[in-house]
Amino acid sequence: MAYSDKVIDHYNNPRNVCALPKEDPNVGTGLVGAPECGDVMKLQIKVSESGVIEDAKFKTFGCGSAIASSSLATEWVKGKTLSEALAIKNTDIVKELSLPPVKIHCSVLAEDAIKAAITDWKKKHIGKD
Amino acid sequence: MVKLPIYMDNHATTPLDPRVLEAMMPFLTDRFGNAASRNHKFGWEAEEAVESSRKEIAALIGADPREIVFTSGATESDNLAVKGVAWMYREKGDHIITCVTEHKAILDTCKHLEKEGFRVTFLRVDSKGFVNLDDLRNAITDKTILISIMTANNEVGVVQDIKGIGKIARERGVLFHTDAVQAAGKIPFNVNEMNVDIASLSAHKLYGPKGVGALYVRRRNPRVLLTPIIDGGGHERGMRSGTLNVTGIVGFGKAAQIAREHLATESAEMMRLREKLRTTLERELDEVYINGDLQKRLPGNLNMSFAYVEGESLLMGINDIAVSSGSACTSASLEPSYVLKALGVGEDLAHTSIRFGIGRFNSEEEVDYVAARVIEVVRRLRELSPLYEMAKEGIDLKSVHWATEA
Repeated sequence: MAYSDKVIDHYNNPRNVCALPKEDPNVGTGLVGAPECGDVMKLQIKVSESGVIEDAKFKTFGCGSAIASSSLATEWVKGKTLSEALAIKNTDIVKELSLPPVKIHCSVLAEDAIKAAITDWKKKHIGKD
Repeated sequence: MVKLPIYMDNHATTPLDPRVLEAMMPFLTDRFGNAASRNHKFGWEAEEAVESSRKEIAALIGADPREIVFTSGATESDNLAVKGVAWMYREKGDHIITCVTEHKAILDTCKHLEKEGFRVTFLRVDSKGFVNLDDLRNAITDKTILISIMTANNEVGVVQDIKGIGKIARERGVLFHTDAVQAAGKIPFNVNEMNVDIASLSAHKLYGPKGVGALYVRRRNPRVLLTPIIDGGGHERGMRSGTLNVTGIVGFGKAAQIAREHLATESAEMMRLREKLRTTLERELDEVYINGDLQKRLPGNLNMSFAYVEGESLLMGINDIAVSSGSACTSASLEPSYVLKALGVGEDLAHTSIRFGIGRFNSEEEVDYVAARVIEVVRRLRELSPLYEMAKEGIDLKSVHWATEA
């Protein structure tokens, strides 16, 4: 199976690997996938007062395409508002990384991870503003 | 410095031994005769070469040369063995016993026969990979015509109690076939000591060429008859028609000879290298697990799960080393290895498994290099793994509610 150069680049130099403090009220954490399925992504966002994602981090258990998809997702959400981040589609990731059909589920998972992180952040802020 | 890439996937195939190539060369050029041509020198030469190879292959497994039928490879041998017995002995019975960790060439052949009305028992294996002999005894009925259990497994290298199975088969008067493709030439294998009636062999798993295999078919006590699956000119005592692949057979014979002559020393060396690889990985990495029994195992096989690191991503990191993974992502099916599943290895760990297959041409330097690379990449990927992080925080991953619909 041949990987695209972009997948290889993200795999070799994953962007934004690390963990943000889960308890921080400004941090939203999304954990998607399952070990039995061979893919688990944890994507975290830190949202500023003005509602912009100022930082994003990830950790992924999965194949090279899954690592690349989540790495790319953290790059893309940074600097975006929540609604802009929600507009990122898995097909954008597929296109950017030239993922083959058998790896499309990796991009779906990355999109889900973004949504899950935003949902988590929103939960922490319900009724606060 | 070692030469890259390193080939350490010797269960998939083995490189052609230069001595084998040398033996084959004349038959790719001047000696092109058809072994079935009875009236000229070209034919005689080819026939003589084939018969000499037949002797070598028979000698490797303790058989008589007349009991060796040449085929195109192990898949054909497995098909001929199982379908050949089923079709020949249909009047006698309609029941076949095999095991869930067999190669697809056996499993799918059995499923094919089920559609024809045969009944097949697929025996389970224990967590070490072994068939339970009592289960086997209990599965035999007066309608059982064949037991087919592989000698050594291609994924986990586990070696079944073939002698024990052969004894049961003989006592109950049931024919016993074994797929000995991974075992022959690697560990002692003798059809008479083990009461094997039919055995599949392949050249390219023992440093011979691809496209040639053999089926051992017992001639006496009991005499085994097979209905052919390929009809034609009646070659190979009518069991397998088709012009013989003389070049391939010559290579197979040479490969069998080398394997037999060096079996003891070679298998000890494989074992030494395998143990070095295993102990190094176990010393340097936590949470690594051996899949399958460690004692009764092919000397060159190491199948290991590296918890929290997905197999395909590990392969990607060690892309200068050729090994296999039981991970779903390396197959088209998206299902992790059915063999590991049968051993009760959880799907989470099945996704993290790597099969190392050490062979004749691997050096100690290569083993050291492979160990160092695997350790480095596993450590790096664990830093990237949310599961490793959670495990280190003391979270029981089994208790986490995973959103599996993703």
